Amino acid sequence: MPDLSRLSPLKPVLPWLLLALGIAAPFALSSYDLNLLARFMAMGILALGLVLIWGHGGILSLGQGVFFGLGGYAIALHMKLADLPAGELPDFMVWSGRESLPFWWTPFASPAFTLAAIILVPTLAGALFAWAVFHRRVGGTYFALITQALSLAFATLIISRQDVTGGFNGLTDFYSIFGVGLTSPGTGSMLYWITLAILCGAFVALRWLLASRFGILLRAARDGENRVRFLGYNPTPFKVAAFAIAAMLAGIGGALFTLHAGVVSPALIGVVPSIEMVVWVAIGGRYSLAGAIVGALLVNLARDAVSSAFPELWLYLMGALFIFVVTLLPRGLAGIAKGKAA
Amino acid sequence: MDALFLNQLFNGASLASLYLLAALGLALSFGLMRVINMAHGEMLMLGGYLAWMTLLVVPGALGILLAIPVAFLGAAAMGGFIQSTLIRHLSARPLDTLLATWGVSLILQQGARDLFGAIGVEVRAPEWLTGNFVAFGVTLPSARLFIIAIAALVLGGLALLLLKTRIGLLVRAVNQDRMMASASGIDVKRVDFTIFCLGSGVAGLAGVMLALLGPVTPNVGQSYIIPAFLVVVMGGLGSIVGTTASAIILGLFAALAQIFVDVSVAQMLLLVFVILFIQVRPQGVVAVKTRQLDA
Repeated sequence: MPDLSRLSPLKPVLPWLLLALGIAAPFALSSYDLNLLARFMAMGILALGLVLIWGHGGILSLGQGVFFGLGGYAIALHMKLADLPAGELPDFMVWSGRESLPFWWTPFASPAFTLAAIILVPTLAGALFAWAVFHRRVGGTYFALITQALSLAFATLIISRQDVTGGFNGLTDFYSIFGVGLTSPGTGSMLYWITLAILCGAFVALRWLLASRFGILLRAARDGENRVRFLGYNPTPFKVAAFAIAAMLAGIGGALFTLHAGVVSPALIGVVPSIEMVVWVAIGGRYSLAGAIVGALLVNLARDAVSSAFPELWLYLMGALFIFVVTLLPRGLAGIAKGKAA
Repeated sequence: MDALFLNQLFNGASLASLYLLAALGLALSFGLMRVINMAHGEMLMLGGYLAWMTLLVVPGALGILLAIPVAFLGAAAMGGFIQSTLIRHLSARPLDTLLATWGVSLILQQGARDLFGAIGVEVRAPEWLTGNFVAFGVTLPSARLFIIAIAALVLGGLALLLLKTRIGLLVRAVNQDRMMASASGIDVKRVDFTIFCLGSGVAGLAGVMLALLGPVTPNVGQSYIIPAFLVVVMGGLGSIVGTTASAIILGLFAALAQIFVDVSVAQMLLLVFVILFIQVRPQGVVAVKTRQLDA
């Protein structure tokens, strides 16, 4: 295996080089490619959260799609309402025979409420869910299984409430965000830069968090939860906080993804997509923030390339990648870059 | 009591039987190895397709009885293959086992889609399983009665195996204390392997039962496996009694909830119920007493 650590003279400048490339991308890429890149970066924000909980907290969540969806649907509700002439209902509600807007749709007309909801709803939902499970000291495999049941229940619920959620087709056909037309010139680049800025901000913040005492305790609880208790700490609040932060990042990622993709639907947030999110991080490297971003970009690029040509092949490939990475490369690509596989 | 309630009670019993058959293998190997095989749902699927193929070769009234051992052996062989090539090497890493076996599950599902088509195949139940019994004003479909009877038989057989045979003794020893069992000369790897094959076989058998209820599709296992995971979570570590009790509770809960709400809300309520349950009994329905700190 190539030892990339020999490239160390490049190391201090590499992040800045990548950042410069990232900032310059709108001038070099076609608007289609830029949109694709922006979507993948939004997924990278979610992947960062997985490094925090899975890599450093030992908490495997197979339900990140739920929080991704909460953020995505929050912004979608707003855009649906914003584009609506006063007094009218979204088209799918009319088709389903609804007479009035559900009460929980109404506040999303306000941009401020929507922004708050994108951040707070996933965070609070994540915190409540994690607390309910962790405070009774249920964790590990059990937690992973419960999160999977959560993502199944959430996606099924959305599909079955067709008249208020858009059902299987999800919500789509957005025209403007906070008064700015989505197709007007410059909007694509602007949204891309915003996504890049949030991605970088989340990266820096998590780097700091993982190096702090919080990070140390999280890793300690991962490696020996009972020992942490014997030292006089209660690990539950740390795990709940980490899970809430990951849920928040997933929600922000989901909102940005919905902006770029122009659609949010159960097909993007159910059981299978939720586990795919773990694949990104497994391949990139579960302990490495940079690895997770690279993993999210690479896997989605590959998916885009393979699944458009051979849709059946993609599932075989992903299954095989999963087995291969988990058994032979638990540190992912980041492990190769550091010159150690296991 | 009204007919709807009795009817759902009966449906709950047959649902519980399916949850139980799907969860037994998971619970047994989880008790021994602390790992969950995410491809376990595909053992159900495999059992369903094997039943379909058996009935192609042996049509007629008794084909379904032949399909049961075929599906059992086929799924047991597949389970043994997965255990010996993949899971054995990951046994110290439970979460990684989840992910790797999920990769297997994806490949098996796509494989079935390529081999048999995405729409699925229909198993025609023999005539003696298509009728209905009427009791207390409730129609009881024979297929569902058959499923309940098979689940009871499997459970009884498993209990005899675990309590009365030498293999059962070894399994209980490893379940109680793996290191001590190994130190006293028990080949724990072989016990793991045997139980894994057995559990996969039972899931294959459950697949035959699913085939009686509806078409066998590449993802037929998925709709039963997630409730089966919840059964394991609620049952308590490696306890057959606990798994049985929690399968019955969850099966009845899911069926009775559907009197008041639709299927999708019932699914959400099932999850909420499990989360509320672990607030009261995080150790599961039946807790095996141990002095180990990190059981």
